[in-house]
Amino acid sequence: MPAMADETLFQLLHTQVVAAAYGAGRGSGDEGLRAGLTVLEGMGFRVGQGLAERLPQGALAFREELDTIKFLCRDLWGAVFGKQTDNLRTNHQGTYILQDNNFPFLTQMAWGQQYLEEAPKFLAFTCGLLRGTLSSLGIESSVTASVTSLPA
Amino acid sequence: MSSELFTLTYGALVTQLCKDYENDEDVNKQLDKMGYNIGVRLIEDFLARSNVGRCHDFRETADVIAKVAFKMYLGITPSITNWSPAGDEFSLILENNPLVDFVELPDNHSSLIYSNLLCGVLRGALEMVQMAVDVKFVQDTLKGDGVTEIRMRFIKRIEDNLPAGEE
Repeated sequence: MPAMADETLFQLLHTQVVAAAYGAGRGSGDEGLRAGLTVLEGMGFRVGQGLAERLPQGALAFREELDTIKFLCRDLWGAVFGKQTDNLRTNHQGTYILQDNNFPFLTQMAWGQQYLEEAPKFLAFTCGLLRGTLSSLGIESSVTASVTSLPA
Repeated sequence: MSSELFTLTYGALVTQLCKDYENDEDVNKQLDKMGYNIGVRLIEDFLARSNVGRCHDFRETADVIAKVAFKMYLGITPSITNWSPAGDEFSLILENNPLVDFVELPDNHSSLIYSNLLCGVLRGALEMVQMAVDVKFVQDTLKGDGVTEIRMRFIKRIEDNLPAGEE
Protein backbone atom coordinates (compact mmCIF):
# COMPACT_ATOMS: atom_id res chain seq x y z
CA MET A 1 0.00 0.00 0.00
CA PRO A 2 1.58 3.29 -1.04
CA ALA A 3 2.46 5.77 1.67
CA MET A 4 0.30 8.86 1.88
CA ALA A 5 1.92 12.21 1.44
CA ASP A 6 0.16 15.07 3.07
CA GLU A 7 -1.17 18.13 1.23
CA THR A 8 0.37 20.64 3.62
CA LEU A 9 3.75 19.02 3.17
CA PHE A 10 3.31 19.04 -0.59
CA GLN A 11 2.39 22.73 -0.60
CA LEU A 12 5.48 23.55 1.44
CA LEU A 13 7.59 21.45 -0.92
CA HIS A 14 6.08 23.33 -3.85
CA THR A 15 7.16 26.65 -2.30
CA GLN A 16 10.73 25.34 -2.12
CA VAL A 17 10.47 24.08 -5.70
CA VAL A 18 9.57 27.62 -6.78
CA ALA A 19 12.53 28.97 -4.79
CA ALA A 20 14.83 26.44 -6.47
CA ALA A 21 13.62 27.51 -9.91
CA TYR A 22 14.72 31.04 -9.11
CA GLY A 23 17.92 30.10 -7.37
CA ALA A 24 21.34 29.60 -8.90
CA GLY A 25 21.42 33.10 -10.37
CA ARG A 26 18.44 32.63 -12.60
CA GLY A 27 16.21 35.05 -10.77
CA SER A 28 16.42 38.60 -11.98
CA GLY A 29 14.52 40.66 -14.53
CA ASP A 30 12.00 39.58 -17.12
CA GLU A 31 14.29 37.03 -18.64
CA GLY A 32 14.97 35.54 -15.28
CA LEU A 33 11.27 35.37 -14.53
CA ARG A 34 10.62 33.55 -17.80
CA ALA A 35 13.54 31.18 -17.29
CA GLY A 36 12.21 30.21 -13.90
CA LEU A 37 8.70 29.70 -15.25
CA THR A 38 10.11 27.41 -17.93
CA VAL A 39 11.95 25.39 -15.31
CA LEU A 40 8.81 25.06 -13.20
CA GLU A 41 6.59 24.15 -16.13
CA GLY A 42 9.12 21.56 -17.23
CA MET A 43 9.29 20.00 -13.78
CA GLY A 44 5.51 19.85 -13.58
CA PHE A 45 5.38 18.29 -17.03
CA ARG A 46 7.72 15.44 -16.08
CA VAL A 47 5.86 14.85 -12.83
CA GLY A 48 2.53 14.79 -14.68
CA GLN A 49 3.87 12.26 -17.14
CA GLY A 50 5.23 10.12 -14.33
CA LEU A 51 1.94 10.22 -12.47
CA ALA A 52 -0.10 9.21 -15.51
CA GLU A 53 2.31 6.39 -16.32
CA ARG A 54 1.88 4.93 -12.86
CA LEU A 55 -1.88 4.73 -12.96
CA PRO A 56 -3.39 1.30 -13.61
CA GLN A 57 -4.05 0.61 -17.28
CA GLY A 58 -7.79 0.85 -17.24
CA ALA A 59 -7.93 4.02 -15.19
CA LEU A 60 -7.24 6.31 -18.14
CA ALA A 61 -9.29 4.68 -20.86
CA PHE A 62 -11.60 7.60 -21.47
CA ARG A 63 -14.02 7.44 -24.30
CA GLU A 64 -14.51 11.14 -24.60
CA GLU A 65 -12.19 14.09 -24.25
CA LEU A 66 -14.52 15.64 -21.69
CA ASP A 67 -14.11 12.59 -19.46
CA THR A 68 -10.36 13.11 -19.53
CA ILE A 69 -10.79 16.70 -18.44
CA LYS A 70 -13.15 15.65 -15.69
CA PHE A 71 -10.47 13.25 -14.50
CA LEU A 72 -8.14 16.21 -14.16
CA CYS A 73 -10.75 18.24 -12.30
CA ARG A 74 -11.64 15.45 -9.89
CA ASP A 75 -8.87 12.91 -9.54
CA LEU A 76 -5.75 14.86 -10.34
CA TRP A 77 -6.90 17.94 -8.44
CA GLY A 78 -7.93 15.66 -5.59
CA ALA A 79 -4.53 14.05 -5.44
CA VAL A 80 -2.66 17.34 -5.53
CA PHE A 81 -4.94 19.67 -3.59
CA GLY A 82 -7.30 17.43 -1.67
CA LYS A 83 -10.34 18.82 -3.43
CA GLN A 84 -11.94 19.23 -6.85
CA THR A 85 -11.96 22.26 -9.08
CA ASP A 86 -14.90 24.59 -8.51
CA ASN A 87 -15.97 25.01 -12.10
CA LEU A 88 -15.35 23.63 -15.57
CA ARG A 89 -16.32 25.43 -18.75
CA THR A 90 -15.76 24.49 -22.36
CA ASN A 91 -16.43 25.85 -25.79
CA HIS A 92 -16.83 22.26 -27.03
CA GLN A 93 -14.11 22.98 -29.52
CA GLY A 94 -11.14 21.84 -27.48
CA THR A 95 -10.80 24.68 -25.00
CA TYR A 96 -11.48 24.03 -21.34
CA ILE A 97 -11.36 26.37 -18.41
CA LEU A 98 -10.78 24.87 -14.99
CA GLN A 99 -11.61 27.23 -12.19
CA ASP A 100 -10.40 27.03 -8.65
CA ASN A 101 -11.66 29.74 -6.30
CA ASN A 102 -9.18 28.91 -3.61
CA PHE A 103 -6.04 27.73 -5.31
CA PRO A 104 -3.95 26.34 -2.46
CA PHE A 105 -0.58 27.42 -3.81
CA LEU A 106 -1.78 31.03 -3.70
CA THR A 107 -3.81 31.11 -0.51
CA GLN A 108 -0.72 30.40 1.57
CA MET A 109 0.84 33.72 0.83
CA ALA A 110 0.13 37.18 2.17
CA TRP A 111 -0.94 39.02 -0.93
CA GLY A 112 -0.90 42.68 -1.81
CA GLN A 113 -0.75 44.44 -5.16
CA GLN A 114 3.00 44.20 -5.32
CA TYR A 115 2.86 40.43 -5.23
CA LEU A 116 0.71 40.15 -8.32
CA GLU A 117 3.79 39.51 -10.39
CA GLU A 118 4.68 36.58 -8.15
CA ALA A 119 1.49 34.67 -8.89
CA PRO A 120 2.64 33.09 -12.19
CA LYS A 121 5.51 31.46 -10.33
CA PHE A 122 2.98 29.55 -8.27
CA LEU A 123 0.94 28.45 -11.25
CA ALA A 124 3.64 27.23 -13.63
CA PHE A 125 4.28 23.86 -12.02
CA THR A 126 0.58 23.02 -12.01
CA CYS A 127 0.23 23.99 -15.68
CA GLY A 128 3.09 21.66 -16.51
CA LEU A 129 1.52 18.94 -14.40
CA LEU A 130 -1.70 19.11 -16.38
CA ARG A 131 0.14 19.23 -19.69
CA GLY A 132 2.31 16.27 -18.71
CA THR A 133 -0.62 14.16 -17.60
CA LEU A 134 -2.45 14.91 -20.83
CA SER A 135 0.68 14.13 -22.80
CA SER A 136 0.82 10.63 -21.33
CA LEU A 137 -2.74 10.18 -22.44
CA GLY A 138 -1.71 11.03 -25.97
CA ILE A 139 -3.16 14.51 -25.84
CA GLU A 140 -1.07 17.47 -26.90
CA SER A 141 -2.17 20.62 -25.16
CA SER A 142 -1.31 24.13 -24.21
CA VAL A 143 -2.01 24.96 -20.59
CA THR A 144 -1.98 28.48 -19.27
CA ALA A 145 -3.24 29.98 -16.05
CA SER A 146 -4.46 33.33 -14.92
CA VAL A 147 -5.49 34.83 -11.64
CA THR A 148 -8.60 36.95 -11.79
CA SER A 149 -8.48 38.08 -8.21
CA LEU A 150 -6.22 37.37 -5.29
CA PRO A 151 -7.42 36.11 -1.94
CA ALA A 152 -8.05 39.01 0.42
CA MET B 1 -1.73 9.14 -6.50
CA SER B 2 -0.59 11.65 -3.94
CA SER B 3 2.41 9.81 -2.51
CA GLU B 4 3.71 9.31 -6.03
CA LEU B 5 3.14 12.98 -6.65
CA PHE B 6 5.36 13.82 -3.70
CA THR B 7 8.04 11.32 -4.69
CA LEU B 8 8.06 12.46 -8.30
CA THR B 9 8.12 16.14 -7.37
CA TYR B 10 10.92 15.58 -4.91
CA GLY B 11 12.83 13.71 -7.60
CA ALA B 12 12.32 16.58 -10.03
CA LEU B 13 13.61 18.99 -7.37
CA VAL B 14 16.76 16.98 -6.73
CA THR B 15 17.34 16.63 -10.47
CA GLN B 16 17.05 20.39 -10.94
CA LEU B 17 19.43 21.09 -8.05
CA CYS B 18 21.95 18.66 -9.53
CA LYS B 19 21.77 20.62 -12.77
CA ASP B 20 22.21 23.95 -11.00
CA TYR B 21 24.97 23.05 -8.59
CA GLU B 22 28.21 21.49 -9.68
CA ASN B 23 28.93 19.32 -6.74
CA ASP B 24 26.95 17.01 -4.52
CA GLU B 25 27.92 18.82 -1.33
CA ASP B 26 26.22 21.99 -2.55
CA VAL B 27 23.11 20.05 -3.48
CA ASN B 28 23.10 18.47 -0.03
CA LYS B 29 23.30 21.92 1.54
CA GLN B 30 20.45 23.23 -0.59
CA LEU B 31 18.28 20.25 0.31
CA ASP B 32 19.02 20.79 3.98
CA LYS B 33 18.20 24.49 3.72
CA MET B 34 14.94 23.80 1.89
CA GLY B 35 14.05 21.18 4.41
CA TYR B 36 14.69 23.69 7.17
CA ASN B 37 12.38 26.23 5.48
CA ILE B 38 9.70 23.55 5.29
CA GLY B 39 10.24 22.35 8.85
CA VAL B 40 9.85 25.76 10.49
CA ARG B 41 6.39 26.02 8.94
CA LEU B 42 5.37 22.39 9.07
CA ILE B 43 5.65 22.36 12.84
CA GLU B 44 2.68 24.73 13.19
CA ASP B 45 0.53 22.47 11.07
CA PHE B 46 1.74 19.48 13.05
CA LEU B 47 1.01 20.99 16.45
CA ALA B 48 -2.41 22.16 15.31
CA ARG B 49 -3.43 18.77 13.96
CA SER B 50 -1.78 16.32 16.27
CA ASN B 51 -2.74 17.69 19.66
CA VAL B 52 0.44 16.44 21.24
CA GLY B 53 1.47 18.34 24.33
CA ARG B 54 4.91 19.55 25.19
CA CYS B 55 7.51 16.78 25.24
CA HIS B 56 9.30 16.46 28.55
CA ASP B 57 12.42 14.81 27.29
CA PHE B 58 14.18 13.66 24.19
CA ARG B 59 12.70 10.17 24.43
CA GLU B 60 9.18 11.56 24.21
CA THR B 61 10.29 13.72 21.31
CA ALA B 62 11.61 10.65 19.52
CA ASP B 63 8.31 8.84 19.99
CA VAL B 64 6.30 11.76 18.69
CA ILE B 65 8.55 12.13 15.66
CA ALA B 66 8.43 8.47 14.72
CA LYS B 67 4.89 7.53 15.64
CA VAL B 68 2.94 10.70 14.97
CA ALA B 69 4.84 13.04 12.66
CA PHE B 70 6.27 10.56 10.18
CA LYS B 71 2.95 8.76 10.09
CA MET B 72 1.00 11.94 9.50
CA TYR B 73 3.14 13.31 6.71
CA LEU B 74 4.78 10.34 5.05
CA GLY B 75 2.57 7.46 6.10
CA ILE B 76 5.41 5.46 7.62
CA THR B 77 6.45 4.69 11.19
CA PRO B 78 10.20 4.43 11.58
CA SER B 79 11.52 2.46 14.53
CA ILE B 80 13.65 4.08 17.20
CA THR B 81 16.90 2.39 18.16
CA ASN B 82 20.49 2.88 19.28
CA TRP B 83 19.97 5.27 22.14
CA SER B 84 23.18 6.74 23.47
CA PRO B 85 23.84 6.09 27.18
CA ALA B 86 23.25 9.77 27.93
CA GLY B 87 19.88 9.66 26.14
CA ASP B 88 20.83 12.48 23.81
CA GLU B 89 21.15 10.55 20.56
CA PHE B 90 19.00 7.99 18.79
CA SER B 91 18.42 6.54 15.37
CA LEU B 92 15.31 6.39 13.26
CA ILE B 93 15.24 3.30 11.07
CA LEU B 94 13.13 3.55 7.95
CA GLU B 95 12.44 0.17 6.39
CA ASN B 96 11.23 1.97 3.34
CA ASN B 97 11.68 5.59 2.43
CA PRO B 98 8.85 6.99 0.30
CA LEU B 99 11.13 9.63 -1.18
CA VAL B 100 13.22 7.05 -3.00
CA ASP B 101 10.59 4.90 -4.72
CA PHE B 102 11.84 4.14 -8.22
CA VAL B 103 14.98 6.22 -7.64
CA GLU B 104 18.47 5.08 -8.49
CA LEU B 105 21.51 7.20 -7.85
CA PRO B 106 23.57 7.64 -11.00
CA ASP B 107 27.26 6.76 -10.65
CA ASN B 108 28.60 10.28 -10.64
CA HIS B 109 26.58 11.32 -7.58
CA SER B 110 28.06 9.12 -4.91
CA SER B 111 28.22 11.93 -2.36
CA LEU B 112 24.64 13.01 -2.86
CA ILE B 113 22.45 12.58 0.19
CA TYR B 114 19.29 12.21 -1.80
CA SER B 115 16.81 12.54 1.07
CA ASN B 116 18.69 15.28 2.87
CA LEU B 117 15.54 17.42 2.85
CA LEU B 118 14.28 15.26 5.72
CA CYS B 119 17.21 16.26 7.92
CA GLY B 120 16.45 19.93 7.36
CA VAL B 121 12.75 19.42 8.05
CA LEU B 122 13.45 17.76 11.38
CA ARG B 123 16.05 20.36 12.35
CA GLY B 124 13.77 23.29 11.45
CA ALA B 125 10.71 21.86 13.12
CA LEU B 126 12.51 21.09 16.37
CA GLU B 127 14.16 24.50 16.43
CA MET B 128 10.68 26.01 16.56
CA VAL B 129 10.00 24.06 19.72
CA GLN B 130 13.22 25.23 21.28
CA MET B 131 15.41 22.24 20.53
CA ALA B 132 18.68 22.49 18.67
CA VAL B 133 19.46 19.14 17.07
CA ASP B 134 21.86 17.68 14.62
CA VAL B 135 20.31 15.31 12.09
CA LYS B 136 22.07 13.20 9.53
CA PHE B 137 21.78 10.08 7.45
CA VAL B 138 24.06 7.26 8.51
CA GLN B 139 22.64 4.55 6.28
CA ASP B 140 20.86 4.88 2.97
CA THR B 141 19.16 2.20 0.88
CA LEU B 142 20.06 4.22 -2.20
CA LYS B 143 23.69 3.56 -1.41
CA GLY B 144 23.20 -0.14 -0.96
CA ASP B 145 22.53 -0.25 2.77
CA GLY B 146 19.80 -2.55 3.98
CA VAL B 147 17.84 0.18 5.70
CA THR B 148 17.76 3.93 5.88
CA GLU B 149 19.01 5.24 9.21
CA ILE B 150 18.74 8.82 10.40
CA ARG B 151 20.75 9.78 13.46
CA MET B 152 19.38 12.55 15.67
CA ARG B 153 21.47 14.25 18.32
CA PHE B 154 20.21 16.71 20.90
CA ILE B 155 22.54 19.70 21.14
CA LYS B 156 20.81 22.07 23.53
CA ARG B 157 17.62 23.79 24.52
CA ILE B 158 17.14 27.13 22.73
CA GLU B 159 16.22 29.87 25.15
CA ASP B 160 15.57 32.83 22.86
CA ASN B 161 12.25 33.00 21.03
CA LEU B 162 13.47 34.54 17.82
CA PRO B 163 11.10 34.47 14.86
CA ALA B 164 11.80 31.85 12.21
CA GLY B 165 14.06 33.17 9.52
CA GLU B 166 14.62 31.90 6.01
CA GLU B 167 17.96 30.25 5.56
